[in-house]
Amino acid sequence: MSFDAIYRIAGSSMNAQTVRLNTVASNLANADSAAARPEDVYKARKPVFASVYENGELNRPAGIGGARVQVLDVVTAGREAVRRHEPANPLADADGYVYYADINQIEEMTDMMAATRSFETGVEVLNRIKSMQQGLLRLGEV
Amino acid sequence: MSIKIDDTIGVHARALELRTLRSEILAANLANEDTPGFKARDLDFSSEMQRLDRGDAFSSRVGDAQLKYRLPNQAALDGNSVELAVEQAEFARNATDFQTSLTFLTMKFRGLKQAIEGR
Repeated sequence: MSFDAIYRIAGSSMNAQTVRLNTVASNLANADSAAARPEDVYKARKPVFASVYENGELNRPAGIGGARVQVLDVVTAGREAVRRHEPANPLADADGYVYYADINQIEEMTDMMAATRSFETGVEVLNRIKSMQQGLLRLGEV
Repeated sequence: MSIKIDDTIGVHARALELRTLRSEILAANLANEDTPGFKARDLDFSSEMQRLDRGDAFSSRVGDAQLKYRLPNQAALDGNSVELAVEQAEFARNATDFQTSLTFLTMKFRGLKQAIEGR
């Protein structure tokens, strides 16, 4: 009987959601950064999650057990830069255009809420498991 | 009359072990809520308990449990079959059942202690 795997799983989930929140914060912060050329525009970042199955424990065949979350990569989502006519902007080119990243703020906000909720689920699991293990430790005290 | 510890503790020790395994599976479902293509899994507690009860030393290990895939009420487009509310409810119930088994065990031990001390 081991609680280690559960702690690992909940921890990996919270870690993955933190990475996700990190990308959301970065995307929202750079939503209004202008660039002189479309190539230089900030690109929205998105994490890629994958599951890693727990095995290799003693007395337990492979495949029986939970799965951790792994952040495989943080990729840049390929959306076209938006061109805006702002002649007063110091970055504007000869025709008066600057380029902005096409970041959907509503999408980022919903992503943020979903990530927060998943993180809280991880905290809840940890608390629950902690009380289960503490109960088990107190078993002898009758 | 002799007291047999195994008979006294009975089913609860195995139940605790199975509950721990199940909470690992459910924790994994909760953790992979946002992983594309992840399929929620679970084990059938009552049939696993029956298997442990009738099994011999080789087939009665908790680690040999059969995992089954959860049928989602509404499948997601990315192939993920985790439904947060369902998994949270199952996880909470499993944790409460764990505490129940623990309480039963504590009561058994208390009874044993009283019998030993002759009170």
